[in-house]
Amino acid sequence: MNALVRDFRDFFVSLKLTVVLLVLGMLLVFAATLDQTNLGIWGIQQKWFRSFFVLQDVNGIPVPIFPGGYLIGGLLFINLIAAHIYRFKFVWRKTGIFLTHLGLILLLVGELLSGLWQEDFQMRLEEGQTKNYSESYRLDELALVDTTDPKFDDVVAIPEAIVARGEPVQHPKLPFRVVTKLYYPNSVAQPRAQVANPPPPLADQGPLAGRFVFSPQPVTYKENDRNIPVAVVELVAPEGTLGSWVVTTDVPVLRTVDGAQQLGLAEPLPQKFDYAGHTWTIALRARRAYRPFSLTLLKFHNDVYAGTDIPKNYSSRIRLTTPDGRDDRDVLIYMNNPLRYAGLTFYQASFEKGNDHVTILQVVRNPSWLLPYISCALMALGLVVQFGIHLLGFIRKRRGMAAAAA
Amino acid sequence: MKRFLPLLALLGALGFALSTLRPPEEHTPFDTSGFGRLPVLANGRIKPLDTVARSALLQLQGRQSVIKPDAPDLSFTATLSDLFLHGGKQYYAAHPAPTEWLLDVLFASDRSDTYQTLAIDNPDVLALFNLKPQDGLGNRRFSFSQLTGKLGELQRQAQLASAVDEPVRTAFQRGVLQLYENLLHYQRLKHMVVMPGQDDFLGDLLHFQDQLVTGVAAVRAKQAGQPADETAVTAMTTMGEQFMTMSESTNLLAIPPDTGNPDPNAWQTTGAALLETFQRGSVNSSALAYAGLAHAWRHNQPDQFNHLVGLYHDGLAKRFAPQLAKCVAETRFNSAEPFYTSIVLYALAFFVAIVSWLAWPNILGKSAFYLVAVAWIVATAGIATRMWLEGRPPVTNLYSSALFVGWGAVALCLVLEAIYKNAIGSVAAGTIGFSTLLIAHHLALGGDTLEMMRAVLDSNFWLATHVVVVSTGYAATFLAGFLALIYIFRGLFTTTLDQATADALTRMVYGIVCFATLFSFTGTVLGGIWADQSWGRFWGWDPKENGALIIVIWNAIILHARWGGMVKQRGLMCLAVGGNIVTSWSWFGVNMLGVGLHSYGFTEAAFFWLIAFVVSQAVVIGLANLPLAKWRSFQPAAKTVPADALPAK
Repeated sequence: MNALVRDFRDFFVSLKLTVVLLVLGMLLVFAATLDQTNLGIWGIQQKWFRSFFVLQDVNGIPVPIFPGGYLIGGLLFINLIAAHIYRFKFVWRKTGIFLTHLGLILLLVGELLSGLWQEDFQMRLEEGQTKNYSESYRLDELALVDTTDPKFDDVVAIPEAIVARGEPVQHPKLPFRVVTKLYYPNSVAQPRAQVANPPPPLADQGPLAGRFVFSPQPVTYKENDRNIPVAVVELVAPEGTLGSWVVTTDVPVLRTVDGAQQLGLAEPLPQKFDYAGHTWTIALRARRAYRPFSLTLLKFHNDVYAGTDIPKNYSSRIRLTTPDGRDDRDVLIYMNNPLRYAGLTFYQASFEKGNDHVTILQVVRNPSWLLPYISCALMALGLVVQFGIHLLGFIRKRRGMAAAAA
Repeated sequence: MKRFLPLLALLGALGFALSTLRPPEEHTPFDTSGFGRLPVLANGRIKPLDTVARSALLQLQGRQSVIKPDAPDLSFTATLSDLFLHGGKQYYAAHPAPTEWLLDVLFASDRSDTYQTLAIDNPDVLALFNLKPQDGLGNRRFSFSQLTGKLGELQRQAQLASAVDEPVRTAFQRGVLQLYENLLHYQRLKHMVVMPGQDDFLGDLLHFQDQLVTGVAAVRAKQAGQPADETAVTAMTTMGEQFMTMSESTNLLAIPPDTGNPDPNAWQTTGAALLETFQRGSVNSSALAYAGLAHAWRHNQPDQFNHLVGLYHDGLAKRFAPQLAKCVAETRFNSAEPFYTSIVLYALAFFVAIVSWLAWPNILGKSAFYLVAVAWIVATAGIATRMWLEGRPPVTNLYSSALFVGWGAVALCLVLEAIYKNAIGSVAAGTIGFSTLLIAHHLALGGDTLEMMRAVLDSNFWLATHVVVVSTGYAATFLAGFLALIYIFRGLFTTTLDQATADALTRMVYGIVCFATLFSFTGTVLGGIWADQSWGRFWGWDPKENGALIIVIWNAIILHARWGGMVKQRGLMCLAVGGNIVTSWSWFGVNMLGVGLHSYGFTEAAFFWLIAFVVSQAVVIGLANLPLAKWRSFQPAAKTVPADALPAK
């Protein structure tokens, strides 16, 4: 074997590399934790863990400042496997170490897979309401719905990313082209009347047209903040334009409170228009994932401890039905007791302050959810075996010493 | 004589521990202890008034003792003679027990308003009231009367401060909000059972009861626009307004549910129960009982007071036997203060064990071991009592985690000491036991430490597995760190670290690190599984999860560095001390970030001490890296250098 190859091999199987990577991993976790106060929990995952290099914006140029989670985890993974292949020799003394590291390999794989595969949605249900879809937390879509037939809706949903690109979209189901005239991923609205020298209005259709001026805002990743995307979309039929609509996920509303006008936000109503004998609606909404079953909220409970506002329990009684009638039953979802159904898990996630009739469920698809359980069992078993072997050796040695002394 | 010392230490410690179980002495003719055992529902839990009094005092002023403003300024000898020759007559008159203080707050707030029991530390907050530290008791405690003039301004400042996001509030804003919350709590206590400021609330209630039928008729007549007896109408509306004020000014539920009410938690505020009089036609008997107690307390009638306490207690005993039994036990637990006993014994054990390294190693070592054992048993009893009272596994909040981490570490120390018998385990036990109980004491200043569990945490299974296992991991990591401190201090500053001791310490640290790895890893993983069950993800990079992960990684680093021969004895010790930094950060530091699902809030003083601790540990690591020639134990003149202490190549 030539020296270069040997050096290469020795580098990847060395315990020193393990320790260095562990130290780097620890620093990564520590720094990412501190960064949560700025970026929020979702932001740091993208920046620090689901990346090969941690990029920091310095005057608008992304500069790598630290190896990212994928790099450290990946090298650790290679180091682990290489060391085990190189040094592997089955002896009982080392079963614990072997099991522990096998578990660790599975854990790393599991974390990678759930990073790649896991999908999170939420489902907001009012009492009595039925839904057969859940909604994305962060992604939105432009939905054009043909509602002519009262029996069903024909939906064309364009992902926000495509709307953002601004290229005209032509879809076989749509008798018109969709052209984005303006798009802000996060925005704030002001009544047009209150803005000095407002720009000319871009939209001319729908109830929002010409009433507000939208200005762009920096995108937020904070846990409790929401982005309010806004777009002005023009629909162009073969014979000419149908007009432009303002679409946003949160519609600005002027309310009169104590005689003064205040700007609030409300859920948007789909904006209706007719074209070529069909009735359409257009809306920017949270991206939906339709399911082959539907959930109806029967009753939401939000109990607090007597004389306090400390929450004691939240629970949602839900009716689960499938169109084929195979499933038609009541389920109870509460804290620490999710519903697992059709590869999805429904958790009691939240509720709306001041409204005791709305539940918010978190909906997760994670095909690799079992892996951590298996790997954890392996690792715990491995550690018990290994340290048990150490302990037995220690006791035997002391017995020997005591016998020798006596 | 010398060889009886361990036995004496054991008996003395046991005697000290048992003596705390005596019922507390009464220093007034009033049955204040009996009153302290009466149950109320506060913060979601049925608890004795004694606990209400103690936790209120801790919250308002950071300690349970109260000094009356008219306390005579006695010299030290006069105090001694008063305490030992005259049964402490003057002393106890000036230092009311927590329940006596509560009696004044509830029934004679004109008196309690003058007690200096409201701590204000921020000078800018004091300036709002035109006060200087010197105006307060011990330069920081003020009476309600001293503050009354400027309450409006305080309220305005509190409104301004609460509009600011919590993490960016200034010290002044936090101080304002703290004081405002404390004053609110004081008001809640005052309005708990009678209307404050009424000299004879019992008389008012009895009169109200007599006039109820005619009064209600008069009010109805007036509402219908018919001629009505104006005095009767005014009397009714005045009482109604008082009841309304009472019910709106408190959230402490003093009135038990009526007989026949199936819900054991349907307790009410006194005000709400009194408002019901208008429908029921008679005044709630519990409310009357409290008004009677108020009358007897105000008019100094101990016989009536004691009789009423007994009657009220017996009336409850039929329906609330298990709750009352818990209240009795909790009151006894409060007065026994097991963790105080424990902290004293730990401190004592620490000194005895240290001395044993210099003289009489066997005898003093054994004595220290016994002291630690008794301290640990007392702490065990204390933790067990808390678990029984709460119906929960041992760790439910930061306070109980401090108790448990200390308890677990000391348990490991006892095992080490039983094996090695070199007093190292006792020194470590004394240090960790003392410091964790001290931390717990400071964490208890927020009020009642037996809190209700928020919905997501309401799972005894996961509290008993994940939380207990991960806390044991913290305990073991700290223990390894403290053992390493002993190695470094003895090696650097004394000549007592010989080869055998150094090797023994190394084996101890290594063994404990293995134990810590197992528990912190398993605990972290169990936490992941819990998170998967309740939030839908195994791992979410939440600060508390990251903290636990960092401890696991750190322990893995120690083990791999050791196995790879990258560190030897001294390196191992430095890494173990690093474990102290890592563990303290994930135990407390992450709570100070104020983000994520696990965050519990920020305390400024705690932040200071955390930084101080981290710096001190870093300094020790620096010291440990001094060249071997500077280590007194390893100087050629002293002893041979343990081969393993040489730096790794």
